[in-house]
Order: sequence, then C-alpha cells, then structure tokens
Amino acid sequence: MTKIKSLADLKKMKEDFQSKIALREKSEKPEGRVLIKVAMATCGIASGAKQVMEFLIDELDKRNIDAIVSQTGCMGYCYAEPTVEVTLPGKEPVVFGYVDEAKADSIIEKYIKNGELLEGIIPVNYETID
Amino acid sequence: MKDLSLHVLDIVQNALAAGAEQVRILVEESVPRNCLVIAVEDNGKGMSQDVLDRVTDPYFTTRTTRKVGLGIPLLKQNAEQCGGGLLIESAPGRGTRLVAEFVRDHIDRPALGDMPGVVAMLSGINQDRDFIYHHRVDERDYCFDTREVKQILEGVPLGEASVMRSIREMIGENLKDLEKAE
Repeated sequence: MTKIKSLADLKKMKEDFQSKIALREKSEKPEGRVLIKVAMATCGIASGAKQVMEFLIDELDKRNIDAIVSQTGCMGYCYAEPTVEVTLPGKEPVVFGYVDEAKADSIIEKYIKNGELLEGIIPVNYETID
Repeated sequence: MKDLSLHVLDIVQNALAAGAEQVRILVEESVPRNCLVIAVEDNGKGMSQDVLDRVTDPYFTTRTTRKVGLGIPLLKQNAEQCGGGLLIESAPGRGTRLVAEFVRDHIDRPALGDMPGVVAMLSGINQDRDFIYHHRVDERDYCFDTREVKQILEGVPLGEASVMRSIREMIGENLKDLEKAE
C-alpha cells in the first residue's frame, strides 16, 4: 500500500475507518466497553507512558476488544509509573503499576479477557506519604 | 525525558489543564543558525505574574496529588544544558506561550524523537481540542491541523486506532521530506 501523505490520502481512507467502526458497533454494546486510563503527567511520561498508551491502543484494536483508552493526570503513585487504570464493565476500577509493554500485554490477556488479577495492583486504600 | 517529543507531550498537558481549546506546537530547526526551537502556545486561561514567577520552581505545582512539579523545570534544565534557554509568556485570560531553545548540534541535545506519534496521540485522545503542529526546517515547512482533518473525516473519531496510525504515518512522511531536502 502506498503511504498516506496528504489530507486527500486520508480522506480516501474514510470509508475504511467508518466500516470498521460500524462493524464494532454492531457486535458490541456500549455498556460493555472497557475503560482504560493511562496516567500522563510528567512522572508517567518520563517512565514510558506514551509507549504503553500506544501499545494499548494498537493491541486492543488488533485483538478486537472494544475499549476506550484515555489519559489521566498523576494519581500520586509516581514511584510506580507508568500506571494504568482499568475499569471492566460493572466492576470497580483497578490501578496497575509499573506497566511496560509486557505488563500491558498480560493486563489485556489476563485481566481484560478473563478477569484474572495480576501482580502489581495498587490497592485503593493506599495513601501517598505527605 | 528521553527525547524532546516527550517534553512536548508533557508541556501540552499543562495547556490542556489550563482549559485550552487550541494548542499550537511549533518546531523550528535551523542549520545555518544552529538552533532548534520548540514552542507551545495555548489559548487556555493563562497565569498571573505570581504563578508565572514560580513555574520553573520544581517545588511548585497546582496539583494536590504530589508536591513537586517537574515538567517545566526539566525542560528548562535540558534547554540550558544545551546552550539555550526557556521563555514563558502568559497573562490571565490570554493563554500561554512557552519557548524552549537549544543549540542544534550541542552534544547534549536530546533527539527530537517521535513527534508524529505525539501529535497523533494528542489529537486522538483529546478530540474535543484542536492541535496545530507546525514544523519548519530552514525554509521548508509542514503544517498539520486537526481542524482540517476533522473536516475531511466528517465525524470519524480521531481516537480510532486506525485513524491515529494513519495520522502518524501522514505526519511522519511529511517530516521525512523536510529532512531529506537538507
């Protein structure tokens, strides 16, 4: 395939984008979506949050998991960055720390697909030291 | 930060937190003048002189989750180590403009990094905002504007993985051309 270089090239792909969205909307209910937040403050970015965010966006798409990936600020767990918060439909949010690509991969395969918990979860009652 | 594009990603977060609807990112490389300039301009709420005086202090932050704010100090340090410096102009209600200048061939100057990835990501995950990315290498330039992209895609969300990949590729191809002509 030739490389996309201009807005005209991008416009040509509009139908591809739309059919992909339509396909997903047909098969999934919006309430069944997984919500993922990647912490993107200075601490997160310096520790590799961009790479983790790109990995999650691409891999969830490739593995056909309907998820919304967004960013959040610093949650106060700077020591454990990059951190990722995952909310499965109907469940409480879970925050994972020290997430790299390998960890992000297990989050998708184990937690998102099967609901299995992994090591490195930051407990909700954890408080930062003042 | 491993490269300059990550500083941009970080500084843009400040603009977003200031409620900016539009963020302009300018990267200007000049071989004859041996400089590399990065500017981030937003139309957010701006800062008072009092805040402006303290933003380069690592122990100043508006966050409540931690007591340090290293985004601007780290960029300032990096620019100064590379024979350049940092300038911030801001006024309440008038937005903020941050300019970081580096000596282009300084041995300590970090690589520019993945600007296409950063711009595609910012556009995709902040679809309610607009981003204008202007990259100039000597006399040549490239300009990416999410307002134009939104117009031609007519409602297709920029946050779609395939759209983000395409935007990244589009910006990347254009930047390659800017460098090639050197």
